[in-house]
Amino acid sequence: MTVIEARGLRKAFGTTLALDGVNLRLEEGRILGIIGPNGAGKSTALNAILGLIPYQGDLKVLGRDPWGERDQLMCEVCFIADVAVLPRWIRVSQALDYVAGVHPRFDRAKAESFLAKTDIKRSSKVRELSKGMVTQLHLALVMAIDAKLLVLDEPTLGLDLLYRKQFYDSLLNDYFDRSRTIVVTTHQVEDVQHVLTDLMFINRGRIVLDCSMEEFESRYLEVTVHPEHVAAARALKPFHERQVLGRSILLFDLTFDHQGRQQLAALGDVRAPSIADLFVAMLGDKPGNQAGQTLGVAR
Amino acid sequence: MNTQSNHVPESPLGPQGTAPAALSPTRPMYWSVRRELWENRSIYIAPLAVAAVYLFGFLISLFWVPRRMRAMAGHDLTPSIVLAMPYSHAAMLIMLIAFLVGIFYSLDALHGERRDRSILFWKSLPVSDLTTVLSKAGIALVALPLLVVAITVTLQLIMLLLSGAVRLVSSDSAATPWAPPLFEMQLVLLYGTTVLALWHAPIYCWFLLVSGWARRAAFLWAVLPPLAIAAVENIAFHTSYLGSLLQNRLFGFAAGAFDLKDKNGVPVDAHFIPLAQLAPGRFFSSPSLWLGLVFAAICLAAAVRLRRYREPI
Repeated sequence: MTVIEARGLRKAFGTTLALDGVNLRLEEGRILGIIGPNGAGKSTALNAILGLIPYQGDLKVLGRDPWGERDQLMCEVCFIADVAVLPRWIRVSQALDYVAGVHPRFDRAKAESFLAKTDIKRSSKVRELSKGMVTQLHLALVMAIDAKLLVLDEPTLGLDLLYRKQFYDSLLNDYFDRSRTIVVTTHQVEDVQHVLTDLMFINRGRIVLDCSMEEFESRYLEVTVHPEHVAAARALKPFHERQVLGRSILLFDLTFDHQGRQQLAALGDVRAPSIADLFVAMLGDKPGNQAGQTLGVAR
Repeated sequence: MNTQSNHVPESPLGPQGTAPAALSPTRPMYWSVRRELWENRSIYIAPLAVAAVYLFGFLISLFWVPRRMRAMAGHDLTPSIVLAMPYSHAAMLIMLIAFLVGIFYSLDALHGERRDRSILFWKSLPVSDLTTVLSKAGIALVALPLLVVAITVTLQLIMLLLSGAVRLVSSDSAATPWAPPLFEMQLVLLYGTTVLALWHAPIYCWFLLVSGWARRAAFLWAVLPPLAIAAVENIAFHTSYLGSLLQNRLFGFAAGAFDLKDKNGVPVDAHFIPLAQLAPGRFFSSPSLWLGLVFAAICLAAAVRLRRYREPI
């Protein structure tokens, strides 16, 4: 089943194009990470998917038009927006009561059992909780909802490493199964590298990269070249090169070159790059660099 | 959906998880109203606090009543009005407080949720903008008037009990009247709060609309433009249609809903309006009432639409 289908999605704020013709198709059971610099259009895309902003173009989420049918859609879609937006005045017990009251697919016992593993007291107000606890509370509410699509917009912003790790562990172990779909945006790329099934880079409102993690791993190769082979390696047209501790690290795109892997293995240590390194290579170091456009072969 | 319902729930904690029964459509409304009361506890605390303070003052004053009655004897006030005064002052005070609470509540209702970004959380739940806006309007137009009646009636009954008790110990002569026609007053109170809520509905709904629209200084946006237009009208055309319209909207309910002169043409004292002086027929057939309600409905519809587009500020 297709969970999200967007064709030619556009959104302008004044004269700035936040989304410039985005095409996107997401199947059930995937975990898609949308990665992009600040202002790239990630949140705009998510807000359009959630029916929070009007847009141009075709967009269907679970077969519905999000802008016109937000309240029905929210029976099957959950989201955690960037930095805890739970109202500060609400008590934990009130939050549970309220969501149980308005949401037909909320399983209160499940939320309670998740909260029991934390230090959160029922009588506390959200303003008395630490940032990490607020996120835990929000996650407890959301995970207890039997939703088809979960949208996370910078869910772990400002959390320490332990909370972040715990967050994604809970998500994978206690929540995710093949009938659910998750879309997440984050700047903490290293946290999600092993969580995602699909990866998307977005820059200036356009999709720069869209691939599954299997494709990602077979397509991109990072080679730490032995000093004596640098010239030979450069001849094979890496699309990015950086120096770490005096050694050259070269990034290769093997899309059209399946022999390349053996060739490169002879020149140095070969491994799959981290998402963060690929991101920096494609969008990072030179502003105005055309690399993003030329390399990003959208499916 | 079918594949979902065939699943055996894996989680031992999720026996209800397989049956997402459709909730009745009134449930989101019920919980939205409760949510408003959780967030805005001043809705009931402010009138309760005022009632408590008033009761304290009344208790002290009880010991002066016989003396005051004698002092009043020279005036043309009838004893029943003198007796009714503290009771009707209590009602007026609580209505005034409820009006102020309602105004400030309405001004914040659609503004606060954008200011603290919690609108994103509310919108992540299957509650429509219509339900949300109606629940907020319902606080000002239904919950507050009900609270006014409940608190005033309770307060007045306590006052009556207290003055009865004081009279027992203070060996007043049995012939002296000591209680106003409280039941009649409370029926008039019920009528009065209903009339007031309907008459002021456009004010509350306008304030709600502005609170959903303004990015900051909602109070100024709500109040200054009408005043400014009235002033311009006054200077440019030497007329004051808008000014008198605004004044009428604030205070006009009294003349509209009550006969302020009795059948002999004698003005009725506002402290005790007998049932015979109510004019519901005239009030409910007055065009200003219905025009005001139409305006209120337009404001609410606009607020619902606006909330769809609104983002955190």
